[in-house]
Amino acid sequence: MSTRVEAAWAALDVLFDPEIPVVTLRDLGILRAVRETADGLEVVITPTYSGCPAIGQIEDDVRATLQQQGISARVITQLAPAWTTDWMSEAGKEKLRDYGIAPPHRTPFECSVIRFVARQPETGPADAIACPRCGSLNTSETSRFGSTACKALYRCLDCQEPFDYFKPY
Amino acid sequence: MTSHVDYLLHLADNALVLGQRNAEWCGHGPVLEEDIALANVSLDLIGQARLLYQLAAQLSGGEVSENTLAYFRDVADFRNYTLLELPHHGPLAANAAADRDYATTIVCNFLYSALMALLWEALQKSQDAQLAAIAAKSQKEVRYHLRYSRDWLLRLGDGTEESHRRAQAALDHLMPYTQEFWIDSQPESEASAAGVGVDLKSLKADWDSIVDQALREATLDRSTAAGYLSQGKMGQHSEHLGYLLGEMQSLPRAHPDGCW
Repeated sequence: MSTRVEAAWAALDVLFDPEIPVVTLRDLGILRAVRETADGLEVVITPTYSGCPAIGQIEDDVRATLQQQGISARVITQLAPAWTTDWMSEAGKEKLRDYGIAPPHRTPFECSVIRFVARQPETGPADAIACPRCGSLNTSETSRFGSTACKALYRCLDCQEPFDYFKPY
Repeated sequence: MTSHVDYLLHLADNALVLGQRNAEWCGHGPVLEEDIALANVSLDLIGQARLLYQLAAQLSGGEVSENTLAYFRDVADFRNYTLLELPHHGPLAANAAADRDYATTIVCNFLYSALMALLWEALQKSQDAQLAAIAAKSQKEVRYHLRYSRDWLLRLGDGTEESHRRAQAALDHLMPYTQEFWIDSQPESEASAAGVGVDLKSLKADWDSIVDQALREATLDRSTAAGYLSQGKMGQHSEHLGYLLGEMQSLPRAHPDGCW
Protein backbone atom coordinates (compact mmCIF):
# COMPACT_ATOMS: atom_id res chain seq x y z
CA MET A 1 0.00 0.00 0.00
CA SER A 2 1.43 3.35 -0.98
CA THR A 3 1.89 6.08 1.61
CA ARG A 4 -0.77 8.21 -0.07
CA VAL A 5 -3.30 5.39 0.15
CA GLU A 6 -2.37 4.71 3.77
CA ALA A 7 -2.71 8.37 4.65
CA ALA A 8 -6.17 8.51 3.07
CA TRP A 9 -7.30 5.40 4.96
CA ALA A 10 -5.99 6.88 8.20
CA ALA A 11 -7.81 10.16 7.58
CA LEU A 12 -11.08 8.43 6.74
CA ASP A 13 -10.90 5.91 9.56
CA VAL A 14 -12.34 8.42 11.99
CA LEU A 15 -15.58 8.91 10.03
CA PHE A 16 -18.70 7.49 11.66
CA ASP A 17 -22.03 6.57 10.14
CA PRO A 18 -24.33 9.62 10.45
CA GLU A 19 -27.27 7.51 11.66
CA ILE A 20 -25.42 5.00 13.86
CA PRO A 21 -22.64 7.14 15.33
CA VAL A 22 -20.77 4.26 17.01
CA VAL A 23 -19.59 2.40 13.91
CA THR A 24 -17.23 3.79 11.32
CA LEU A 25 -17.87 3.83 7.58
CA ARG A 26 -15.04 1.32 7.32
CA ASP A 27 -16.65 -1.00 9.92
CA LEU A 28 -19.89 -0.96 7.95
CA GLY A 29 -18.19 -1.65 4.62
CA ILE A 30 -19.58 1.58 3.12
CA LEU A 31 -16.05 2.87 2.57
CA ARG A 32 -15.04 0.26 0.06
CA ALA A 33 -11.66 1.13 -1.37
CA VAL A 34 -8.91 3.71 -1.63
CA ARG A 35 -6.78 3.18 -4.71
CA GLU A 36 -4.18 4.76 -6.92
CA THR A 37 -5.31 5.25 -10.50
CA ALA A 38 -3.70 6.89 -13.52
CA ASP A 39 -5.73 10.03 -12.71
CA GLY A 40 -4.74 10.13 -9.04
CA LEU A 41 -6.22 8.85 -5.83
CA GLU A 42 -9.76 7.43 -5.87
CA VAL A 43 -12.03 6.76 -2.87
CA VAL A 44 -14.90 4.34 -3.49
CA ILE A 45 -18.05 4.40 -1.39
CA THR A 46 -21.21 2.33 -1.76
CA PRO A 47 -24.77 3.00 -0.58
CA THR A 48 -26.39 0.54 1.84
CA TYR A 49 -30.06 0.67 0.81
CA SER A 50 -31.02 2.34 -2.51
CA GLY A 51 -32.96 5.03 -0.70
CA CYS A 52 -30.61 5.48 2.27
CA PRO A 53 -30.85 9.20 3.01
CA ALA A 54 -27.46 9.16 4.75
CA ILE A 55 -25.45 8.53 1.59
CA GLY A 56 -25.39 12.23 0.64
CA GLN A 57 -24.13 13.13 4.11
CA ILE A 58 -21.54 10.35 3.95
CA GLU A 59 -20.20 11.57 0.62
CA ASP A 60 -19.98 15.14 1.96
CA ASP A 61 -18.17 13.91 5.10
CA VAL A 62 -15.64 11.96 3.02
CA ARG A 63 -14.94 14.92 0.73
CA ALA A 64 -14.65 17.38 3.63
CA THR A 65 -12.26 15.13 5.56
CA LEU A 66 -10.01 14.58 2.55
CA GLN A 67 -9.94 18.31 1.90
CA GLN A 68 -9.12 19.15 5.52
CA GLN A 69 -6.20 16.72 5.43
CA GLY A 70 -5.00 18.19 2.15
CA ILE A 71 -5.51 14.91 0.32
CA SER A 72 -6.58 15.29 -3.27
CA ALA A 73 -8.81 12.40 -4.33
CA ARG A 74 -11.94 11.73 -6.33
CA VAL A 75 -14.92 10.22 -4.50
CA ILE A 76 -16.94 7.79 -6.57
CA THR A 77 -20.10 5.85 -5.74
CA GLN A 78 -20.17 2.28 -6.93
CA LEU A 79 -23.21 -0.02 -6.80
CA ALA A 80 -21.74 -3.36 -7.86
CA PRO A 81 -21.17 -5.69 -6.19
CA ALA A 82 -24.11 -4.69 -4.01
CA TRP A 83 -23.36 -3.85 -0.40
CA THR A 84 -24.12 -6.63 2.05
CA THR A 85 -24.15 -6.80 5.84
CA ASP A 86 -21.63 -9.65 5.45
CA TRP A 87 -19.00 -6.95 4.83
CA MET A 88 -19.50 -5.55 8.30
CA SER A 89 -16.39 -6.11 10.42
CA GLU A 90 -16.54 -8.25 13.59
CA ALA A 91 -15.43 -5.20 15.58
CA GLY A 92 -18.28 -3.25 13.99
CA LYS A 93 -20.80 -5.91 15.02
CA GLU A 94 -19.57 -5.80 18.63
CA LYS A 95 -19.85 -2.02 18.67
CA LEU A 96 -23.45 -2.30 17.43
CA ARG A 97 -24.29 -4.77 20.19
CA ASP A 98 -22.77 -2.48 22.84
CA TYR A 99 -24.86 0.35 21.43
CA GLY A 100 -28.06 -1.71 21.82
CA ILE A 101 -28.54 -2.83 18.21
CA ALA A 102 -28.53 -6.58 17.56
CA PRO A 103 -25.98 -7.19 14.78
CA PRO A 104 -27.11 -8.91 11.55
CA HIS A 105 -27.16 -12.68 11.14
CA ARG A 106 -25.13 -13.92 8.20
CA THR A 107 -28.08 -14.99 6.14
CA PRO A 108 -31.72 -13.91 6.16
CA PHE A 109 -34.07 -16.26 7.96
CA GLU A 110 -37.79 -16.86 7.92
CA CYS A 111 -39.96 -16.42 10.99
CA SER A 112 -43.60 -17.29 11.50
CA VAL A 113 -46.36 -14.71 11.15
CA ILE A 114 -48.05 -13.29 14.23
CA ARG A 115 -51.78 -13.77 13.57
CA PHE A 116 -54.86 -11.95 14.78
CA VAL A 117 -56.29 -15.36 15.61
CA ALA A 118 -54.05 -18.02 17.18
CA ARG A 119 -53.03 -20.75 14.70
CA GLN A 120 -50.75 -23.75 14.86
CA PRO A 121 -47.36 -22.55 13.65
CA GLU A 122 -46.64 -23.96 10.20
CA THR A 123 -42.89 -23.61 10.48
CA GLY A 124 -40.53 -24.60 13.26
CA PRO A 125 -39.16 -22.12 15.79
CA ALA A 126 -37.49 -19.19 14.10
CA ASP A 127 -33.76 -18.62 14.21
CA ALA A 128 -33.64 -16.42 17.30
CA ILE A 129 -32.06 -12.97 17.55
CA ALA A 130 -30.23 -12.41 20.85
CA CYS A 131 -31.23 -9.40 22.91
CA PRO A 132 -28.27 -6.97 22.84
CA ARG A 133 -28.92 -6.06 26.51
CA CYS A 134 -29.44 -9.34 28.39
CA GLY A 135 -28.42 -11.86 25.71
CA SER A 136 -31.73 -13.75 25.93
CA LEU A 137 -32.90 -15.62 22.83
CA ASN A 138 -36.51 -15.24 23.95
CA THR A 139 -37.22 -12.31 21.60
CA SER A 140 -39.87 -11.51 19.03
CA GLU A 141 -40.17 -9.29 15.98
CA THR A 142 -42.42 -6.26 16.45
CA SER A 143 -42.01 -4.96 12.91
CA ARG A 144 -39.84 -5.82 9.95
CA PHE A 145 -39.09 -2.12 9.45
CA GLY A 146 -37.62 0.20 12.08
CA SER A 147 -36.26 3.67 12.62
CA THR A 148 -33.95 3.48 9.59
CA ALA A 149 -34.05 1.46 6.38
CA CYS A 150 -31.44 -0.99 7.65
CA LYS A 151 -33.11 -1.97 10.93
CA ALA A 152 -36.09 -4.00 12.20
CA LEU A 153 -37.90 -3.57 15.54
CA TYR A 154 -37.65 -6.35 18.11
CA ARG A 155 -38.47 -6.79 21.75
CA CYS A 156 -36.98 -8.99 24.44
CA LEU A 157 -39.56 -11.10 26.24
CA ASP A 158 -37.25 -11.59 29.25
CA CYS A 159 -35.88 -8.13 30.07
CA GLN A 160 -38.91 -6.55 28.38
CA GLU A 161 -36.79 -4.03 26.50
CA PRO A 162 -37.43 -3.09 22.87
CA PHE A 163 -34.37 -3.08 20.63
CA ASP A 164 -33.26 -2.58 17.01
CA TYR A 165 -32.01 -5.44 14.86
CA PHE A 166 -29.67 -4.64 11.98
CA LYS A 167 -31.26 -6.65 9.14
CA PRO A 168 -29.15 -8.98 7.03
CA TYR A 169 -28.99 -7.46 3.53
CA MET B 1 -31.33 3.42 -27.44
CA THR B 2 -34.84 4.92 -27.15
CA SER B 3 -36.42 1.62 -26.21
CA HIS B 4 -33.60 1.02 -23.71
CA VAL B 5 -34.40 4.34 -22.03
CA ASP B 6 -38.15 3.67 -22.22
CA TYR B 7 -37.62 0.32 -20.52
CA LEU B 8 -35.67 1.98 -17.69
CA LEU B 9 -38.42 4.59 -17.36
CA HIS B 10 -41.05 1.86 -17.11
CA LEU B 11 -39.14 0.27 -14.21
CA ALA B 12 -38.45 3.66 -12.60
CA ASP B 13 -42.04 4.91 -12.93
CA ASN B 14 -43.34 1.72 -11.31
CA ALA B 15 -41.10 2.26 -8.30
CA LEU B 16 -41.75 6.01 -8.01
CA VAL B 17 -45.54 5.82 -8.35
CA LEU B 18 -45.94 3.00 -5.81
CA GLY B 19 -43.43 4.75 -3.53
CA GLN B 20 -45.48 7.94 -3.66
CA ARG B 21 -48.77 6.05 -3.21
CA ASN B 22 -47.52 4.08 -0.18
CA ALA B 23 -46.15 7.26 1.37
CA GLU B 24 -49.73 8.58 1.61
CA TRP B 25 -50.03 6.35 4.68
CA CYS B 26 -47.25 8.30 6.38
CA GLY B 27 -48.89 9.83 9.44
CA HIS B 28 -52.10 7.82 8.80
CA GLY B 29 -51.03 4.20 9.36
CA PRO B 30 -53.36 1.95 11.35
CA VAL B 31 -50.60 1.61 13.99
CA LEU B 32 -47.24 3.32 14.36
CA GLU B 33 -45.25 0.28 13.18
CA GLU B 34 -47.23 0.13 9.93
CA ASP B 35 -46.74 3.83 9.38
CA ILE B 36 -42.99 3.33 9.69
CA ALA B 37 -42.98 0.13 7.63
CA LEU B 38 -44.71 1.64 4.62
CA ALA B 39 -42.54 4.75 4.80
CA ASN B 40 -39.51 2.44 4.72
CA VAL B 41 -40.86 0.56 1.71
CA SER B 42 -41.43 3.91 0.01
CA LEU B 43 -37.88 4.97 0.80
CA ASP B 44 -36.53 1.84 -0.90
CA LEU B 45 -38.81 2.28 -3.92
CA ILE B 46 -37.96 5.94 -4.38
CA GLY B 47 -34.27 5.07 -3.98
CA GLN B 48 -34.60 2.45 -6.74
CA ALA B 49 -36.45 4.98 -8.92
CA ARG B 50 -33.64 7.52 -8.45
CA LEU B 51 -30.94 5.05 -9.53
CA LEU B 52 -32.99 4.12 -12.61
CA TYR B 53 -33.78 7.74 -13.52
CA GLN B 54 -30.10 8.65 -13.13
CA LEU B 55 -29.18 5.89 -15.55
CA ALA B 56 -31.94 6.88 -18.00
CA ALA B 57 -30.81 10.52 -17.81
CA GLN B 58 -27.20 9.54 -18.44
CA LEU B 59 -28.22 7.56 -21.55
CA SER B 60 -30.51 10.37 -22.75
CA GLY B 61 -27.88 13.09 -22.39
CA GLY B 62 -28.59 16.80 -22.86
CA GLU B 63 -30.63 18.61 -20.22
CA VAL B 64 -32.33 15.46 -18.95
CA SER B 65 -31.81 14.72 -15.24
CA GLU B 66 -33.42 12.50 -12.61
CA ASN B 67 -35.45 15.55 -11.56
CA THR B 68 -36.79 16.39 -15.02
CA LEU B 69 -37.81 12.74 -15.45
CA ALA B 70 -39.60 12.48 -12.11
CA TYR B 71 -41.09 15.96 -11.84
CA PHE B 72 -41.54 17.40 -15.30
CA ARG B 73 -43.26 14.65 -17.23
CA ASP B 74 -47.05 14.42 -17.47
CA VAL B 75 -49.53 11.58 -17.10
CA ALA B 76 -49.27 10.32 -20.68
CA ASP B 77 -45.45 10.16 -20.40
CA PHE B 78 -45.51 7.85 -17.37
CA ARG B 79 -45.05 4.13 -18.09
CA ASN B 80 -46.03 2.53 -14.77
CA TYR B 81 -48.57 -0.26 -14.36
CA THR B 82 -52.07 1.08 -13.70
CA LEU B 83 -52.23 -1.21 -10.64
CA LEU B 84 -49.65 0.92 -8.82
CA GLU B 85 -51.41 4.27 -9.26
CA LEU B 86 -54.79 3.11 -7.91
CA PRO B 87 -55.86 4.71 -4.62
CA HIS B 88 -56.07 2.79 -1.35
CA HIS B 89 -59.70 1.79 -1.75
CA GLY B 90 -62.01 -0.41 -3.78
CA PRO B 91 -63.75 0.64 -6.98
CA LEU B 92 -66.85 2.13 -5.37
CA ALA B 93 -65.47 4.44 -2.66
CA ALA B 94 -66.81 7.98 -2.42
CA ASN B 95 -63.40 9.62 -2.13
CA ALA B 96 -59.83 8.59 -1.52
CA ALA B 97 -59.33 10.19 1.88
CA ALA B 98 -62.53 8.86 3.45
CA ASP B 99 -62.27 5.23 2.44
CA ARG B 100 -58.64 4.26 2.73
CA ASP B 101 -58.45 0.49 3.04
CA TYR B 102 -55.29 -1.19 4.31
CA ALA B 103 -56.11 -4.51 2.63
CA THR B 104 -56.06 -2.79 -0.79
CA THR B 105 -52.59 -1.36 -0.07
CA ILE B 106 -51.31 -4.74 1.11
CA VAL B 107 -52.70 -6.71 -1.85
CA CYS B 108 -51.29 -4.17 -4.34
CA ASN B 109 -47.84 -4.33 -2.72
CA PHE B 110 -47.95 -8.12 -2.56
CA LEU B 111 -48.86 -8.61 -6.25
CA TYR B 112 -46.16 -6.15 -7.35
CA SER B 113 -43.45 -7.38 -4.94
CA ALA B 114 -44.02 -10.99 -6.05
CA LEU B 115 -43.35 -9.89 -9.63
CA MET B 116 -40.33 -7.74 -8.78
CA ALA B 117 -38.69 -10.41 -6.62
CA LEU B 118 -38.52 -12.49 -9.80
CA LEU B 119 -37.76 -9.66 -12.22
CA TRP B 120 -34.90 -8.11 -10.21
CA GLU B 121 -33.40 -11.58 -9.82
CA ALA B 122 -33.52 -12.10 -13.59
CA LEU B 123 -32.29 -8.58 -14.41
CA GLN B 124 -29.03 -9.24 -12.58
CA LYS B 125 -27.98 -10.91 -15.84
CA SER B 126 -28.86 -7.84 -17.94
CA GLN B 127 -26.42 -6.80 -20.67
CA ASP B 128 -26.65 -3.31 -19.18
CA ALA B 129 -24.13 -3.64 -16.33
CA GLN B 130 -25.47 -0.66 -14.41
CA LEU B 131 -29.05 -2.01 -14.61
CA ALA B 132 -27.72 -5.37 -13.38
CA ALA B 133 -26.09 -3.58 -10.41
CA ILE B 134 -29.33 -1.75 -9.60
CA ALA B 135 -31.21 -5.06 -9.86
CA ALA B 136 -28.83 -6.72 -7.39
CA LYS B 137 -29.48 -3.98 -4.82
CA SER B 138 -33.22 -3.84 -5.45
CA GLN B 139 -33.58 -7.60 -5.18
CA LYS B 140 -32.32 -7.48 -1.58
CA GLU B 141 -34.90 -4.80 -0.80
CA VAL B 142 -37.88 -6.38 -2.54
CA ARG B 143 -37.31 -9.59 -0.58
CA TYR B 144 -38.27 -7.66 2.55
CA HIS B 145 -41.21 -5.99 0.79
CA LEU B 146 -42.53 -9.36 -0.33
CA ARG B 147 -42.16 -10.95 3.11
CA TYR B 148 -43.81 -7.94 4.71
CA SER B 149 -46.83 -7.79 2.36
CA ARG B 150 -47.17 -11.59 2.34
CA ASP B 151 -47.23 -11.68 6.16
CA TRP B 152 -50.01 -9.11 6.19
CA LEU B 153 -51.90 -10.95 3.47
CA LEU B 154 -51.87 -14.07 5.68
CA ARG B 155 -52.79 -12.10 8.76
CA LEU B 156 -55.73 -10.39 7.06
CA GLY B 157 -56.91 -13.35 4.97
CA ASP B 158 -56.61 -15.95 7.71
CA GLY B 159 -57.78 -13.47 10.35
CA THR B 160 -61.16 -12.23 11.45
CA GLU B 161 -64.33 -12.39 9.37
CA GLU B 162 -64.03 -8.68 8.59
CA SER B 163 -60.32 -8.75 7.69
CA HIS B 164 -60.92 -11.79 5.47
CA ARG B 165 -63.82 -10.12 3.69
CA ARG B 166 -61.79 -6.99 3.00
CA ALA B 167 -58.70 -8.88 1.82
CA GLN B 168 -60.84 -10.91 -0.58
CA ALA B 169 -62.58 -7.77 -1.86
CA ALA B 170 -59.19 -6.08 -2.43
CA LEU B 171 -57.95 -9.13 -4.32
CA ASP B 172 -61.09 -9.26 -6.49
CA HIS B 173 -60.65 -5.56 -7.26
CA LEU B 174 -56.93 -5.64 -8.07
CA MET B 175 -56.25 -9.04 -9.65
CA PRO B 176 -57.63 -8.01 -13.09
CA TYR B 177 -54.97 -5.26 -13.25
CA THR B 178 -52.20 -7.88 -13.13
CA GLN B 179 -53.15 -8.91 -16.69
CA GLU B 180 -51.09 -5.91 -17.75
CA PHE B 181 -47.89 -7.60 -16.49
CA TRP B 182 -48.07 -10.20 -19.22
CA ILE B 183 -48.96 -8.21 -22.33
CA ASP B 184 -46.18 -7.14 -24.68
CA SER B 185 -45.07 -3.56 -25.02
CA GLN B 186 -42.54 -2.30 -27.54
CA PRO B 187 -39.89 -1.19 -25.03
CA GLU B 188 -40.13 -4.50 -23.17
CA SER B 189 -39.93 -6.62 -26.33
CA GLU B 190 -36.98 -4.65 -27.68
CA ALA B 191 -35.15 -4.56 -24.36
CA SER B 192 -35.69 -8.27 -23.94
CA ALA B 193 -34.45 -8.99 -27.49
CA ALA B 194 -31.32 -6.90 -26.79
CA GLY B 195 -30.60 -8.82 -23.58
CA VAL B 196 -31.17 -5.66 -21.52
CA GLY B 197 -34.62 -6.64 -20.27
CA VAL B 198 -36.47 -9.83 -19.46
CA ASP B 199 -39.53 -11.33 -21.13
CA LEU B 200 -42.03 -11.30 -18.27
CA LYS B 201 -43.96 -14.22 -19.71
CA SER B 202 -41.00 -16.40 -18.75
CA LEU B 203 -41.65 -15.45 -15.09
CA LYS B 204 -45.40 -16.03 -15.05
CA ALA B 205 -45.35 -19.63 -13.82
CA ASP B 206 -43.15 -18.66 -10.85
CA TRP B 207 -45.30 -15.62 -10.10
CA ASP B 208 -48.43 -17.82 -10.17
CA SER B 209 -46.86 -20.23 -7.73
CA ILE B 210 -45.81 -17.47 -5.26
CA VAL B 211 -49.31 -15.98 -5.43
CA ASP B 212 -51.18 -19.31 -5.21
CA GLN B 213 -49.13 -20.53 -2.27
CA ALA B 214 -49.70 -17.29 -0.32
CA LEU B 215 -53.42 -17.21 -1.12
CA ARG B 216 -53.79 -20.81 0.02
CA GLU B 217 -52.16 -20.02 3.37
CA ALA B 218 -54.27 -16.88 3.63
CA THR B 219 -57.46 -18.91 2.92
CA LEU B 220 -58.30 -16.52 0.07
CA ASP B 221 -59.74 -17.48 -3.31
CA ARG B 222 -57.74 -16.48 -6.34
CA SER B 223 -59.90 -14.04 -8.27
CA THR B 224 -60.15 -14.28 -12.02
CA ALA B 225 -57.83 -11.93 -13.88
CA ALA B 226 -60.19 -11.03 -16.71
CA GLY B 227 -62.18 -8.12 -18.11
CA TYR B 228 -60.78 -4.65 -18.77
CA LEU B 229 -57.12 -4.76 -19.73
CA SER B 230 -55.29 -1.81 -18.21
CA GLN B 231 -52.42 -0.32 -20.23
CA GLY B 232 -50.64 2.11 -17.94
CA LYS B 233 -47.27 0.91 -19.19
CA MET B 234 -48.23 2.22 -22.63
CA GLY B 235 -49.16 5.60 -21.19
CA GLN B 236 -52.93 5.03 -20.95
CA HIS B 237 -53.68 5.65 -17.30
CA SER B 238 -56.62 5.76 -14.92
CA GLU B 239 -57.90 9.15 -13.75
CA HIS B 240 -56.00 8.61 -10.48
CA LEU B 241 -52.45 9.17 -11.74
CA GLY B 242 -53.06 12.85 -12.53
CA TYR B 243 -53.96 13.62 -8.92
CA LEU B 244 -50.95 11.67 -7.65
CA LEU B 245 -48.55 13.52 -9.96
CA GLY B 246 -50.28 16.83 -9.19
CA GLU B 247 -49.43 16.42 -5.52
CA MET B 248 -45.96 14.98 -6.08
CA GLN B 249 -44.85 17.50 -8.70
CA SER B 250 -46.40 20.72 -7.38
CA LEU B 251 -43.37 21.86 -5.38
CA PRO B 252 -40.67 21.41 -8.06
CA ARG B 253 -43.02 22.89 -10.67
CA ALA B 254 -43.63 25.96 -8.49
CA HIS B 255 -39.89 26.35 -7.78
CA PRO B 256 -38.14 24.66 -10.73
CA ASP B 257 -34.60 25.46 -9.60
CA GLY B 258 -35.32 25.26 -5.87
CA CYS B 259 -32.55 23.81 -3.79
CA TRP B 260 -32.51 23.24 -0.03
